[in-house]
Amino acid sequence: MKSITKQKPFDEVKQLIETFNRIYLIGCGTCATMTKTGGIDEVQAMKELLHDEGKLVTGWVVIPTACDEMTAEMIAENEKAVQDAQCIIVMACALGVQRVNSSWQKPVIPALDTLFVGLEEGPGEFFEACDQCGQCILGETAGICPLTACHKGLLNGPCGGTNNGKCEVDPEKDCAFTLIYERLKEQGRLDLMRKYHPPKNYQVMPRPRKTMVLPERGK
Amino acid sequence: MASKFKQALNSGKFVITSEIGPPKGTDLEKMYEHIDLLKDKVDALNVTDHQSSVMRFPSIGGCLAIMERGGKPILQMTCRDRNRIALQADLLLAYNKGVRDILCLTGDAVPVGDNQAAKGVFDLDSVQLLHSIRQLEAGSDLGGNELAGAVELYTGATVTPEAVPLEPQLIKFEKKIEAGAKFFQTQAIYDLDRFAKFMEYARQFPVKILAGIVLLSSARMARFMTANVPGIFVPQELIDELAQAPKGGALKKGIEIAGRMIADLMENSICDGVHIMAINREEVVPDILTAAGISA
Repeated sequence: MKSITKQKPFDEVKQLIETFNRIYLIGCGTCATMTKTGGIDEVQAMKELLHDEGKLVTGWVVIPTACDEMTAEMIAENEKAVQDAQCIIVMACALGVQRVNSSWQKPVIPALDTLFVGLEEGPGEFFEACDQCGQCILGETAGICPLTACHKGLLNGPCGGTNNGKCEVDPEKDCAFTLIYERLKEQGRLDLMRKYHPPKNYQVMPRPRKTMVLPERGK
Repeated sequence: MASKFKQALNSGKFVITSEIGPPKGTDLEKMYEHIDLLKDKVDALNVTDHQSSVMRFPSIGGCLAIMERGGKPILQMTCRDRNRIALQADLLLAYNKGVRDILCLTGDAVPVGDNQAAKGVFDLDSVQLLHSIRQLEAGSDLGGNELAGAVELYTGATVTPEAVPLEPQLIKFEKKIEAGAKFFQTQAIYDLDRFAKFMEYARQFPVKILAGIVLLSSARMARFMTANVPGIFVPQELIDELAQAPKGGALKKGIEIAGRMIADLMENSICDGVHIMAINREEVVPDILTAAGISA
């Protein structure tokens, strides 16, 4: 999974930290490094920007994977610099922000906006791949998810805005149903396109979603 | 009892419908004028539902106004702005108020409209909306709960005969028929030979087809639509015809072209009727009918 982020405008971050003078900075060595939004280079650049604003950066760290439970240990290892700070700016996706937030009582400030869960298509090019709906239909749609790949998330075929294989909302974007159609045709499975998909269950797992991985079964 | 619109289509008569676009605001005078002008000249008036994702007075409000003034409304319902609870409730209201004809649409995308940060709902799609109506007719809602009083509606949908690629569009057309769509309104058509070919295919299904007639008001508009509106292709000869119209005469030429197309479709029994979309020029619809040789 790749959590795709973009940096918030610095003015927005500045506003969020208006009342804080001593700041600790956390980046992420996984997704935010890959998207060049919260890796070592970006954390250092943020440190410079904060310095120019007259803020004191008490320390910084790029946690290998900010969303996992190691984060609490990393914060503990850097306890002094963290305790010196009035807030932590997190340059990771919202998962990283919330992980830090659960490990520390003081204010946690996100420096990134989390856009989507995506796949890398080409260098630096990401596309949204899954809406995490809880009821996967990829087996009937040639492995292409209409819920995310179609602007409207339709299930029963293209709308009237389909345009030479592109979407009317953005000519740079493919029409999901043209892709699904071509792929199913190639596979000799066009009958799947004729299948009626009833209204989706949007309460497969009511929000907020939570699950417990079952202990080993079959023993 | 079957609606007048359904009766007209089933009578074999060449049916004419036109469109009413409710206003942005509470001043309904212009809409009333259009209704009064057209209600006796066409078989039904189709009321748009926040067309192009532009927030307006609601479609059901337009339908009620048409009935109050003695016309026959077709309620357009898109899936963009309401979840299944709201759509079902509005169908109950529409039925209760006497609306019997519903056109089910997916709805345009939110970003093409004028409240661009809105959440696009699309809880249902157009095929699912049609199925939902069947379920309401059978006496239960989408949750499987019994209704105290069901609906009985004549439902239609849209099809784009010149979509590229075409086959996915036709597969969806057939899914809509399986979901109980009985009449179809097409995207604007201009090439009658190509439309006739589509009709050869469509004739194998027990549904009525109304050809979409969008009034061309200038050569510029015709070129713009061909370049920008998915599924609309205005042949070069028509663009030239509009371009050669005398200065200030392009609209008149557009009326003539629309009238000619309608007359051709009617005389050659190519389809079951037409849906005229004059887009903000509803007042010229009677001229189009005159140009088609139809006297109201």
